[in-house]
Amino acid sequence: MKCQQCEKPATFHITELTGSEPEEIHLCEVCAQTYLAQPEEADEVSGSLANMLAEQIKIGQTAEDLQRLDQRACPICGITFYEFRHVGRLGCPHDYVCFEEEIEPLVVNIHGETEHVGKRPKRSAKGTDKQTEVIRLRRELAAAVEKEDYEQASELRDQIKEIEGT
Amino acid sequence: MRLEQLASKCGEWLRGSGPESDIVISSRIRLARNLAEYPFIRKCSIADQEAVEKALRACVESVSSWSGLTYFDVNALEEVDRQFLVERQLISREHADAEGARAVAIDPEEKFSLMINEEDHLRIQVMQSGLDLENAWEQINQIDDVIEDTLTFAFHDRLGYLTACPTNVGTGMRVSVMLHLPALVITRQIEKVFRSLQKIGLAVRGLYGEGSQAMGDFYQVSNQVTLGRAEEVLIKQVREVVPLLIEYERKARDFLIQENHENLHDRVSRAYGILCTAQTISSEETMHLLSSVRMGVNLGLIGDIEIPTINKLFIHTQPAHLQKLRGIELDTADRNIERAHYLQRHLNRDQDSQEFEKN
Repeated sequence: MKCQQCEKPATFHITELTGSEPEEIHLCEVCAQTYLAQPEEADEVSGSLANMLAEQIKIGQTAEDLQRLDQRACPICGITFYEFRHVGRLGCPHDYVCFEEEIEPLVVNIHGETEHVGKRPKRSAKGTDKQTEVIRLRRELAAAVEKEDYEQASELRDQIKEIEGT
Repeated sequence: MRLEQLASKCGEWLRGSGPESDIVISSRIRLARNLAEYPFIRKCSIADQEAVEKALRACVESVSSWSGLTYFDVNALEEVDRQFLVERQLISREHADAEGARAVAIDPEEKFSLMINEEDHLRIQVMQSGLDLENAWEQINQIDDVIEDTLTFAFHDRLGYLTACPTNVGTGMRVSVMLHLPALVITRQIEKVFRSLQKIGLAVRGLYGEGSQAMGDFYQVSNQVTLGRAEEVLIKQVREVVPLLIEYERKARDFLIQENHENLHDRVSRAYGILCTAQTISSEETMHLLSSVRMGVNLGLIGDIEIPTINKLFIHTQPAHLQKLRGIELDTADRNIERAHYLQRHLNRDQDSQEFEKN
């Protein structure tokens, strides 16, 4: 059997039920894909989280505000707001705190809720702010080592150990 | 355990058993977790990422009941081996293609896997054959507890488990059920079903495919929301919609049988005929035809093949699997020939296959 739209053999046999009677359509793989892909409405929800973020955040922001916002950086991991809204991924747990105002409407848009319900870890069930501090200390440690400031590096190491030890 | 040993076997989720297994292939749950003391992957230095991998590896290896787990350094694997793990759904495409220290720990029965340094530091995944989310939850909850005994996960009093992407924050949980819906595809009702699922906050994705493109008419239904609802509630939401989808698919199959029996039987028989006799065949065509055959077997239109055999063929005819099973690398053209031979050997069991295997 040949494809109804070209000369290739028909490998797809589609039964159309939308009319008054079932209708048989015979197509080759390529034509069938085009046929089945006929969008009743195009939606590109998946894969475009970054776009969704970008759009949401732009709303209600003047160009200057957005520019100022874009330059803001997380004191812990150093990610700028610009980077987050372009890649759609956060840099560290503290971003949820330092960009709270901007992330909140996003979270509402995605989940329709703002408060976690469900499982809590046995340890640090009230949050892990203290551990977040280690991320900053490690970053400073790397910088101190880079600058060959070994005195500061050693102090930072002690601080990290102290938090990790608790 | 080596990858070659995995290749000849079949993961738990393909066993083809469990409730409603003619339509429901598998149930899976994954949890996204991050270590509290490290930045998310995006901002991890090379050293950070290595430290995360090391910490998680040490934790996994310290659990005595997990001594059977196989740990793969994904970074050190060949491309074909990474592809192999993707085809088996043990790691994600993103995980395979990423860079830097990353790994996966796999349970010998492939009931669960731990992906390290994917989008989050840790992705725990549990798979069950058929429709069995309750069991999957019980297991994954326990695995999470075990890891949490030694490591501290990033957690916020109000927002819950913190994840690299705000779409996973809260429970960090994605519940999904994989369904085989060929009749809804043939009768072109699938798009309609998807839209109504989206309206109630559920996402639908095709197997291996991006967006709504599905290979072999396999679709995964999962929760979109992860925050503000307890794990049990999220599971219930997916769990309750599945019987409806099963019913729609059964109705569509009944319709095809009653209104269009010859055409359906013809479609199924032709698909079987091509799979049994082709000399060279692409992966796409194989998936497409196997889908018809699978439905045909379930409807009693074809005898003498078992559903688990067909389930296995869906995986074993994928590019990396063919190469692992054959033990050599093959280009596309050679793979198509190898695939045709593989199908012949496994579908024409009683006839010349035994001779073939001896040779």
